[in-house]
Parts: sequence; C-alpha cells; structure tokens
Amino acid sequence: MTEKLRRTLYNIYMAAFLFYLLVPLALMGGAAFNDSKLPSVYPWKGLTDRWFIDLWNDETMWYSFRNTILVALAVVLLAVPIGTAAAIVINSISGKVRSVLYGVMVAPVLAPGAVIGISTILFWNKLNVPTGLHLSVLGQVSYIAAFVMLMVLARLQSFDENLEEAALDLGASHGQVMRRILLPHLYPAIGAGAAIAFFQSIENFNITLFTRGTSQTLTVYVFSKVRAGITPSINALALLLILVTFSAAVIYEVRRRRAATIEAAREAEARRADEAGII
Amino acid sequence: MDDLLRRYGPTLTGAFMLLTAFWLLMLVILPNITLFEASFRPYLPVVDVGGPKDFYSFNNYGKFFANSTDTDIFGMNIPLPIHVKIFFGTIYYSTLVTVITFVVAYPLAFYLAKVVSPKSLPTLFLLLFVPLWVSEVLRSFAWWIILALKGPLNAILLGTGILDQPVRWIMGYRAIIIGLVYTYVLFMVFPIYNAIQSLDTNQIEAAQDLGSPWWRTHLRVILPHAKPGIASGSVMVFMLSAGSLLVPALLGSPTSLWFTQTIQQWMLESQDWNTGAAYSFLFLILCTCFVSLVMWVFKVQLTDIAK
Amino acid sequence: MSAGIDLDNVCCDFGSFRAVDHVNVSIKPGEFFSFLGPSGCGKTTILRMISGFTDPSSGVIRIGDKDMKGQRPNQRPTALIFQNLALFPLMPIWENISFGLEVRGVGKTERRAKAEELLRLVDLPGAADKMVSQLSGGQKQRVAIARALAVEPSVMLLDEPLSALDLKLRQHMRAELRAIQKRTGVTFIYITHDQGEALAMSDRVGVMSQGKLQQVADPRDIYNNPSNGFVASFVGENNIFAGTVGAVADGMARFDTAHGTFRARVNTTSGKDLKLYVRPEHTIISSFPGAENSLPATVTDVAFEGNFISVHAVSDSGATLMAELRNDGSSAIPVTGEKLHMSFAAERASILPDGLTRGE
Repeated sequence: MTEKLRRTLYNIYMAAFLFYLLVPLALMGGAAFNDSKLPSVYPWKGLTDRWFIDLWNDETMWYSFRNTILVALAVVLLAVPIGTAAAIVINSISGKVRSVLYGVMVAPVLAPGAVIGISTILFWNKLNVPTGLHLSVLGQVSYIAAFVMLMVLARLQSFDENLEEAALDLGASHGQVMRRILLPHLYPAIGAGAAIAFFQSIENFNITLFTRGTSQTLTVYVFSKVRAGITPSINALALLLILVTFSAAVIYEVRRRRAATIEAAREAEARRADEAGII
Repeated sequence: MDDLLRRYGPTLTGAFMLLTAFWLLMLVILPNITLFEASFRPYLPVVDVGGPKDFYSFNNYGKFFANSTDTDIFGMNIPLPIHVKIFFGTIYYSTLVTVITFVVAYPLAFYLAKVVSPKSLPTLFLLLFVPLWVSEVLRSFAWWIILALKGPLNAILLGTGILDQPVRWIMGYRAIIIGLVYTYVLFMVFPIYNAIQSLDTNQIEAAQDLGSPWWRTHLRVILPHAKPGIASGSVMVFMLSAGSLLVPALLGSPTSLWFTQTIQQWMLESQDWNTGAAYSFLFLILCTCFVSLVMWVFKVQLTDIAK
Repeated sequence: MSAGIDLDNVCCDFGSFRAVDHVNVSIKPGEFFSFLGPSGCGKTTILRMISGFTDPSSGVIRIGDKDMKGQRPNQRPTALIFQNLALFPLMPIWENISFGLEVRGVGKTERRAKAEELLRLVDLPGAADKMVSQLSGGQKQRVAIARALAVEPSVMLLDEPLSALDLKLRQHMRAELRAIQKRTGVTFIYITHDQGEALAMSDRVGVMSQGKLQQVADPRDIYNNPSNGFVASFVGENNIFAGTVGAVADGMARFDTAHGTFRARVNTTSGKDLKLYVRPEHTIISSFPGAENSLPATVTDVAFEGNFISVHAVSDSGATLMAELRNDGSSAIPVTGEKLHMSFAAERASILPDGLTRGE
C-alpha cells in the first residue's frame, strides 16, 4: 500500500466518522421543521414552525429549563472552588497519600450515576434532608468537582513556583499571592472547568433522576416526553440546544486562536530582539 | 501540608483543606458508607425504624438470587435467577460495546495523532467535541428516530433495495448497543489519541526504516505505547455503558433490561431504598472487580489509567 | 539604606544531610559579595536562608544588626533575583516592576512613575507596556533587576541570574550589574558557580564546598593566595605535587616529592595531605634547567588558544605538567616531542592542605 493511498483511506475514514457523528444530530434537528405529528424527517410533509411555537408555549418546559439552569449554576458555584482547592492540595503532596487521595477523588467519575444518586439520598435522608434539586446539586458536585480538579491540576503542573516566591519576596501577603499570581495563572483552567461543570450538570440524568424528588429538570423532562407520546417540539428544543452548544464552541475556538496569534507575535518580537543582539 | 502552609499561609491552607474535606467526606465517602450500611437493613415503615424488626441481614442481597428462569447459555438450558441474568447481560453487552468502540476509535486516534496535518487539528477537534456536548438524552433520541420502524434508516435501506422488508431495529439489545457505541465512542478516541500523540514519530519511522510492515509497526511499537490510553478509554466506556440508564430506557425493549433499570425499579417503583442500596452496592463492587480483573489480565496498572 | 549581613555559626540540615555547615561571615553594607562553589555546595541554601524561604537549623542571621529569626520573606528588607528570573508572565512590564509597591498599597500613578524611572535606570525606557514574552533575554534580565530595586531593598540577592544567557551577553551584563550596584549602593549577594564571574564582579568572594565556607577574601587573594587545595583548584588550573614538608623558615618550606625536592610558600604544616600547587601561567618553560624547582620534561601536546598557548608535558619522572604562555606574537612555540625544562618560582608555589569537608 502506498503512502498516498493509505492517507486517502484515513481521510475517508475520518470523513465517514464525522458523518456518523453529526448526521444523527442533523436528522433530529431537521425533524423539528417537518409538519408531521411524529418526530421524523421521513416522510417529509412540508416545512412548519409550529413545533417551535408549541415549545415556546410549553410551561413545563420553561419550568424544567429554569430548574436546570439553577441547578447548573449551583453546581458551578460549588464544584469550581472545591475542585480548585483539591487540585492545590493534591499538587502539594506526594507519595502514597497522594495516590490514595487522587483515587478517592477520581473514583466518582467512574462510579455509575445511579449509585451516586442513591448513596446521596440515603446519606442526606439520615440527616433529615428530604429529596429535591438541592440533593441533585450535591450528588452532581461529587463527580463534577473531579473534572474541575483534573483541569486545574493539569494547569498547576505548568506553574512556576518561583513566581509565588518572587511575589512573597517583594512583600506580598499570602492572599495577594493567591489573587495576583496563582489565580490569574489558573483562570483558563478554572474557566474551562466551570464550562464543563455547567454542561455536565445540564446533561446529567442518572443522579438527578434519583435525587430530584418531584422536581423536573430539562433532561428528565425530555426523557419522560420521549417515553410517553412524543411530539416534534422536543426536536425543536434539541435543535436549539445543539445550536447553543455549537456557537459556544465556535466562540471559544475563535478566541483561543486570537490569543495564540497575539502570543506568537510577541514571541517572534522577542526572537528578533535576541537575534539583533538587543540587550 | 508544610509546603501548603509555607506557600499560602494558615488561612488559605485551612480553606483549601476544608473544601477538600467537605467534598471527600460529605459527598463521596460518607454517602458510600451509608449505602453499604443501609443495604443490610430491611425496608420498614418509618415507625418501625430502630425497632425490633430493624436488624442487619443479607435478606436484601438474597433477592438478587430469587426467581430462577431457564436461560439459554451456549445452547444449554441453565436455570438462572432473573436479576443475575440481567446483570451478566449488562456486563456482557458493555464489554461488547467497549470492544466495538476500540475498533472504531483506534484508527481515528492514530489518524488524529500522527497522520493529519496539525493545522486542521483544531477544526477537527471542534467538530468532534460538539456531539460530546450534546446531551446524552438527545443523542439517544436521535437514534430512536433513525432506528424507528418507519424511520429514515429503513427508508434508505428499502429504497436502495438492500432490504425488502423493514427491520425492527429496536428489539433485544441491538439498539442499545448502537446507542451506547454512538454515545461513548469519543471517550475511547481521546485517551488513545493522547497516548499515541506522546509517541516519538521517529520511533515509527525507525520501525518502518528497519523494514517493518505497517501492521507490525502498529502491533509492536504503537499499540504497546498506547496501552495506558487504551486502558483508560476502555475503563471509561465500560463503566459508562454499564452505568447508563438513559440509553437502555430509550432504545431498549421489554426483553432487554439493563441492570441499572432493576435498581431504578427498586428505588422509584417499589420505593424499597434498602434493596436498591444492596443492588447498587453489588453493582459497584462487581463492576470494580470485573474492571480490575481485566486490567490484571492485560497487565495494566491503575496509575497508568490515572493519567 | 544598604545594610550589612552577618551569618553567625549558621547550619542548615535537610533530614540527616547537612547542606550548610557552621558558616560564619560578615558582609559589609554596600559590598558586592559572591558565594562561589560547585552545585550542591550549599550556596543556594544560604541565599534562601537570607531571603527567609528556608529556616536555619541553628545559628543566627542578622541583616543590619537585626536578628531575622521568625521574619517571613515578605517582611525582610531583601529582594531576590531568581535564576529563571520569575517575571510574572501575565502582567505588563510596568506592573511587574511595581508589583512590590502595589502590594504595599501605593497608588497607580505613583507606581507607574516609579516603574518608568527604574526602566530608565536599567536602560530600558519605553518598555513599560510590553509583555514579558516580547523581551529579549538581556531585556528580561534588566526588568528583573528593576523589579527588585523597586522595593528599595537593603540587600539584593542574586541566584545565578546570568546562567541562561549566551557568553557575549553574559560578559556585557557583568559590567552592567556592577555599574548598577555602584550606582545604587545596595549590598549585593551574588551566587555563582562561574569563577570568572565571581572574580570579575565582586568586592569579596566566599568560596564554598561541602556546606563549608572554605575561604573569604578579595578576588585577587582568592586566586593568588588560596587557603586550601579546593579553593586553588576551583578558581583555576594547577600543577599539583604530593609530598611531605621538610624544614620551614620565613614562611618558606622544603617539600619532598617523588619528582624531586621543591621549595614553596607555606602557611600551615598541620593537616594531612599537604600538596604543592603551582599555576600553569607561573610555570616557566626554558631549554636550560632553572636554579630551583626545575624538572626536565617532554612536550606531549600544544594547544593554541588565541591569547595564550597551553603546553602539556610529562616530566622524566612521570609527572604530567601544564604551562601557559602569553601569546605576544613573537615568541617561539614549543612543538610536540620537544625536550625542555619546566620550573617555577618558590614565591609562586604554595603548600596547601585539602579543602574542608562536610561535618569536619
């Protein structure tokens, strides 16, 4: 097999994979415009916007949507400080204690959501806390904090501890070192961690199902709709969610590229200065 | 600890410790201990809790082995308790999903790490990440639409003449497998990509230079290097698949129960939290044992995964 | 505003390892003092103890006659320049320089003015709004110095700040550092493993090995009158002979070796392992035997180094010898295989004990 042929085969495979990933989403979104009582693009019965209007008038949807956002915000507010603190703690220790602690922190990511949900309600029930969305928040934080921890830890490993010492040496207090030196370095990871926490919370189903009590969130609502008599207004919702996700991803990527361009220009300037012997 | 104090002073160190302790104790360790403890107690009305009927026993675990039915295993009819059967079905099909995602993901990860030009990588990643961010319920729903009896897949297959009868896709475990592979394949791609990416390209070229055919280069150079990535991808996909509730609930049929669904029945339909706890605990332990066993067979360390 | 520093019997242990071993030294206000030694000799630990990042296990550190015990780094009148400079990458240059003022609550206009004044002092005007990643290696060096000077420290501590620069820039920055030190009058404590750097810049040099301060003296004495074999070897090349001390008179002694009997300066006859040290540039090559301290030898190699010529030879008794000739452009250069005589003046040779070792 020649190099060129192999490369072509790889490209075809990649394209096929992207097709496989994206077409189901496109089909689901397309069904939102089909004037058919069943959510499908086939058979096509003409273009309509009535599923979007149905969705807009669906009060349960709005109620679930509001709950989902509130839960996600609460998860971000808890998981980000917890994950950041845990990353700083684990970064400062080594040896056996570190591996054990790390294992306990990462385990909830792998644990089935049902198990997390059930253990959460059993534990808080003992402390006389009833089920409800507040328990969904706590259950979700137990594994989402691990994502934040992993992101911040990765960023911490590229941190030069000399910067902290330099700031202390120049007279900064511990709080000032934190605010002016360490946190600014961690902001990209904390921001990405917050975004991950937010999206993970929105799409969480397993833990929420067991802990929610009688409240609704968007995923649970969609799930119940799909099971019991579905209308294409769900497709309209899906399409809107996909568009929001896609725009957020594009904005993030554009900003990242802009920052990379600026940094590359700066480094080029420094290189030119070095080469020109400017001292 | 000393290092923390020196770097951040007592106040901040205290805050970090408190936040970490809250997480690990209140959200992880104590709930799991409660789960374990509750699983040995009977399910009682509130007035009887703490009374003479409230004692520890294995009764909840006993329910796991109740209701035997004859089951066809490799042509032999063996009586098997229904929940045990569901459990092994879950493990078996999750393993199958893991193997399929690996076969699909490996060439892709290699392509991303070593073949494609680094310039187009950010765009490709953007396209790969978007489905990952679309919620699981919507992704399962998408396949529910596609696999419907009168859905687009049957329409295309009938239209092109590949089939002359529509296929009922959502039957038995097959739609669940299709849904799980679609939902979790990216969790296999990224760890393997990371592992292959850290392999020095010179090693691949050296192998080729020494006359190794492409398949031997993969077998002897790239696969061994990618082992930690394959291990962590496999553990992720397996645990996520086995623990999934949405995909089996949406794409399953009455003949294809997933173990998480039996847990859900105990918890939400029978409202028997104690038996639910016993089943959860059993599920957690058995999955962990299975994963450890597979890791031991393939000689992978936990520290390889925790990268 | 510059202060002196006293280290009084300072020790520092890491577990059972003694990194710094009973160091006593008194550094004068406004002095440029270098700690010179190989890596692992304890010099960086001394710097970290003075700046407050490491606590001494015993002994007292005083800055300007004030005991520093219990004083945290941010409370000490010192400013440290790190080996990798540790400039804050996310702040523009002027914020880097004025960071020490910012944490002291100085207003923004005043900080900005101070930063620009310091940038002029280090010869880098107009860089205030640039980012760290835009600067060349030498420019970063200057910013680090300006940032340290901004807090008006009594003592500047420099941890091999030139080691990342290329040779030409390093030599330029030596002169620059020296000039800034003279201009500001601040006490400089400089850590380096490069003897050329230490000798060229310092008022006094402390040579360290194995956690011990081997010798404290001005650069000329360090080179010409090393107190022991370690110092002699670390700051330059030597021809070394092992032997025993004979009769001593007027600071000169007879020294019996396997290669003959020599005469040389001596300070101490105590201490084991006394050896005779003589520098290659003090070794004379001649076709006739010298009056004393002379060895017949055969040239094994001649290396032309530009400003000097290095001649390697082996004596008839089997000793390897080295001599350095100044290249004045006219003298004849010996050739390999040539038989000649190598000798040295008794006043240029020293009989020295080995260096002090850890725990001794």
